[in-house]
Amino acid sequence: MRSCALWKSYRSGVMKLSDAAEYLKEYKGRELRLMEVCGTHTAGIVQNGIPSMLSERIRLISGPGCPVCVTVTEYIDRLIALSHEPGNVIVSFGDLLRVPGSAGSLNQARAQGADIRFVYSPSEMLTFAKKDRYRTFIFAAVGFETTAPVFASMLSQAEEEGIDNIRLLTSLKTMPKAIRRVSDGIDGFLAPGHVAVIAGTDAYKRLSEELGVPFVVSGFTGKELTAALYALVRLAGKEEAGFLNLYPRAVKSGGNGKARAAVRSFFEAGDAAWRGMGLIQGSGLYLREKYIKYDAGSRNLDMDRNVKGCRCSEVITGKCDPGDCPLFFTKCTPEHPVGACMVSQEGACFNCMKNRI
Amino acid sequence: MDGIIDKTHGAGGSATAELIRDIFREAFSNDYLEPLSDSAVLPPADGKKIAFTTDSYVVKPVFFPGGDIGRLAVCGTVNDLLMSGAVPAYITAGYILEEGLDIQDLKKIVCSMADTARESGVKIVTGDTKVVEPADPGEPGLMINTSGIGFVDISTDISPANIRPGDAVLVSGCLGDHHAAILGSRMSIKNNILSDAAPLVCMVSGLIGSGICIHAMRDITRGGLATILNEFSSSSGLHIRIEETAIPVSEEVRGFCGILGLDPLYMGNEGKCVFVLPEEDQDKALDIIRRSPYGEKAEVIGKVTSDPADVTMRTAIGGVKIVSPLYGEGLPRIC
Repeated sequence: MRSCALWKSYRSGVMKLSDAAEYLKEYKGRELRLMEVCGTHTAGIVQNGIPSMLSERIRLISGPGCPVCVTVTEYIDRLIALSHEPGNVIVSFGDLLRVPGSAGSLNQARAQGADIRFVYSPSEMLTFAKKDRYRTFIFAAVGFETTAPVFASMLSQAEEEGIDNIRLLTSLKTMPKAIRRVSDGIDGFLAPGHVAVIAGTDAYKRLSEELGVPFVVSGFTGKELTAALYALVRLAGKEEAGFLNLYPRAVKSGGNGKARAAVRSFFEAGDAAWRGMGLIQGSGLYLREKYIKYDAGSRNLDMDRNVKGCRCSEVITGKCDPGDCPLFFTKCTPEHPVGACMVSQEGACFNCMKNRI
Repeated sequence: MDGIIDKTHGAGGSATAELIRDIFREAFSNDYLEPLSDSAVLPPADGKKIAFTTDSYVVKPVFFPGGDIGRLAVCGTVNDLLMSGAVPAYITAGYILEEGLDIQDLKKIVCSMADTARESGVKIVTGDTKVVEPADPGEPGLMINTSGIGFVDISTDISPANIRPGDAVLVSGCLGDHHAAILGSRMSIKNNILSDAAPLVCMVSGLIGSGICIHAMRDITRGGLATILNEFSSSSGLHIRIEETAIPVSEEVRGFCGILGLDPLYMGNEGKCVFVLPEEDQDKALDIIRRSPYGEKAEVIGKVTSDPADVTMRTAIGGVKIVSPLYGEGLPRIC
């Protein structure tokens, strides 16, 4: 099918998946470096075998959208220090336990006797805290715009029930400014779908205009990713900016107003350090003064010490491929990760190794 | 017998004797157990090879949708014996009970073991009980070890080394049910997913009895189908290509996995297995499996080729991906 007719069929919503797939495989236009920002997109792309469906002229680069991967070592070090203080219990999502700090991981601290528990939902911590009022439960609150409302909801419940033995060590970040920081040499972005559900799409429209490259919000299924990549390649191939929301069933331009309001009531913006990118002004979320009693010392945790040889920082920013790192699959493996990108199921190195690409 | 387990039940005195008499002997009664001596004395093997296996079960919660730790402890060991081509015959039952465990709960679990042993055609011939302090005093539980003996015909030879190019790869039913049931239960996610814990005696004996030459088989437990296929590929030096659209996964488990970001290829079952057998036998085998208990959703999911050793999958949208073994710690312990 000719490219123009295909675009028309796409715009009118009747394009077949096989036509989009054929376009991506046969693409012969200018070489493109496209970034999927969100870690869940990275995992979905590998899961669906999408790299095998692309022309050699299309390169996908994993961006900074894996929360564990962009967490700096000083944050992990602070968690470990807190875990060794008497009366403290650290509560965390599973991935974070294996991320190396500058001297060991939370898993190692647990083996040395620290009480560190992993949960699937922060609300489980409230159950722990209610059962054991004499200990302090500290949640390792890592995440983006998507996760922040969950912590706001947990704090709201804690306020209502008067639970005062919980704390958060936050490493909450917001995405748009980090995307600007890594945009050099990127021809188009798959914008983060989950983040857009909460935060809306206005920031990505503005970024598209400012950077002059296309942004396409995508869902997470194989079909949604293929359709979004088709649109992105079509726009980027012609060097057109532009913004498309191809995840309209979940993403509205204003985002989720209720969730945003909940986040605003507990958190305020502040500077945050991102692994590999340094300090980005206003890209973090911190507890407001009114709720500071819940904070476990989250501000100014900015130091980042990469292990010698580890190129995580460059991988996150798209400056090198995981395979270019001398530690990749030699010293750094999923069983013994050296860098955070190998720890997380959403990390670029983990997924690269999983698909051996 | 009522109340809760305390240290006296493991002390070897009258409380232990009462526990054995009222709970274990009552449920498991058979000629080999009955003398209650230090070891069970079993009849000669009658010219067959002996398969011998052991496994420990520490799952929490001990009761979960579709089963309990007792059924699991019998199914796991019975299925391990079956996968070597053995006819399971005898198993042992070692219990580590935590102080505070409700004796009625123990009784339910022991009865469930007895029922599953009967269904599998095996006898529980000896056992042991110890009592320890609970890891979580709010939720005292138990751990069970079962060892099993089965008999294998001298001529039976089932091993991944026998896999040949052209062989068909079959799975006996939907992936991920047990894993999803346990996780759902732990996370209090309401759903209708039931554990698939089941002994596969009829299915495997039906296949072996029909004269089909099974090259390799394995029950799909921790590590999931992906990890087993990688072991098969690396042991045989051959390539295994599977089709995503052919892999049976129930709608509920698919939805559950979608929400939690899990992949059914890496999830454990306790009543499913994968078979590799000659292509010319695939239809006959599929028919036998589908007519066996627990096999109605069986499918042919792929084939073995002479390409370089690896496991790949054609995805639903037409891509090709490498199916790696489970890396890292994987998901929480489920058995």
